[in-house]
Amino acid sequence: MSRYYTEDHEWIEVEGEAATVGITDYAQEQLGDIVFVELPDEGAELEKSKDAAVVESVKAASDVYAPITGTVIEANAALEEDPALVNSSPEEDGWFFKLTIADESELEGLMDEAAYKSFVDGL
Amino acid sequence: MMSEEETETAPEKLALDAWHRAHGARMVPFAGYEMPIQYEGIVAEHDWTRAHAGLFDVSHMGQLTLEGPDGDIAAAAEALEALVPGLVSSLKPGRMRYTLLLAEDGGILDDLMVTNTGQHIALVVNGACKWDDIAFLREHLPDDITLTHHEDQALLALQGPEAVDALGELVPAAAELVFMTAGFYDWNGVPLWISRAGYTGEDGFEISVPADHAEKLAAALTEDKRVKPIGLGARDSLRLEAGLPLYGHDLTAEIDPVTAELTFALSKKRREAGGYHGHARISGALSDGAAQKRIGLVLDGRLPAREGSEIFAGDTQVGTVTSGGFSPTLGHPIAMGYVDAAHAEIDTALEVQVRNKRLPARVAKMPFVQHRYFRGS
Repeated sequence: MSRYYTEDHEWIEVEGEAATVGITDYAQEQLGDIVFVELPDEGAELEKSKDAAVVESVKAASDVYAPITGTVIEANAALEEDPALVNSSPEEDGWFFKLTIADESELEGLMDEAAYKSFVDGL
Repeated sequence: MMSEEETETAPEKLALDAWHRAHGARMVPFAGYEMPIQYEGIVAEHDWTRAHAGLFDVSHMGQLTLEGPDGDIAAAAEALEALVPGLVSSLKPGRMRYTLLLAEDGGILDDLMVTNTGQHIALVVNGACKWDDIAFLREHLPDDITLTHHEDQALLALQGPEAVDALGELVPAAAELVFMTAGFYDWNGVPLWISRAGYTGEDGFEISVPADHAEKLAAALTEDKRVKPIGLGARDSLRLEAGLPLYGHDLTAEIDPVTAELTFALSKKRREAGGYHGHARISGALSDGAAQKRIGLVLDGRLPAREGSEIFAGDTQVGTVTSGGFSPTLGHPIAMGYVDAAHAEIDTALEVQVRNKRLPARVAKMPFVQHRYFRGS
């Protein structure tokens, strides 16, 4: 099991053939109070770096991009009832969706936890 | 939402800049200044203001005064009446009124508070418009009217049900003001100009203080456990719930006061007498009805419709959202916008386009959250 990060503040956790995607603690902190998360439908084909979800905070709407190419297996139904889970537990219970991994080589360009931490410290 | 005002030069710092940062504010450029958008979080700050008292730094707003020859207030009031549709000359000392700065064609250039301070006619105008307002006033007011821009004054707003108690600890006499009245007060030798008004729908005050005393006053107010600093983010969600339009979004130079549903700002006497910019257009709109109207919208679910979202009746676009967001007090999205007059009735069912979705919406009475102004006991 390994977790990767993008410069757009998404995390992606790889578990065998599939991966789980969410936004980082830094991202939720920047967005503020989240009131709605628009998730992709099961079966949606996502393309790396293209729109995958939309997060609505009190302040504004923000796009979330797909960290890799793949097909959506499951969206986190808990966020429909309680979008604030993204604020309280961004990197655990507040995950966004799970998808297949179309091309494992796409993971190579992503950051590990230490690299992401120094990326955020530099912002 | 809050950063649309591009500035050519680096944003200026507020007198309270260091104080905001020390209190954990996230600063963003707005109206030519670095402004605090939030401290602990917009919803927490919003809820605190509705329940207790919030301190807002609104020093970006323009504080202007007008005087006629030899300090003649009546001459200044009369001159201003050529540019606004409200009665200014009838304001007694210490009384204030909401009015609109009108272009020659009756389009709204800004919305503002006008007060007879007993020493001059004072205006508080929007920060993003203040330089244009000053230029417009200088161009259109007679040469013998002196306009002063009080850049050395900070402006703090203290808003919420506990504002009166908190301010009363420092300036007991100010607690006796009622909504839309104002006066000069002394706080430990610091002169304060205090009005009982605001932009949240709550009871509260706006306090003009010499900039070099602003930090001392902010510290004294927030020493009170009922008072917390509140950012621009919550200021926006509070004013939206209160149904109060935001200039540059809900009001623009293309919109006249009747379309904007601000006919309460058209003083009765002056509707007939006229003598102000755009009177013919405004009279026409009053008698024939405006083609479009500013309305409130309530949405189901949790997905907010933002500024620019198109409003539909069936397959026909009938309007556009000008402000929208999630209402922390009500727990659902609310919006303000303009629709064709035929669709402006309260409870009309409409739809709002957000990305690829059509969200059901209903025309709702504003304010969305009741005003709680103090009009006297």
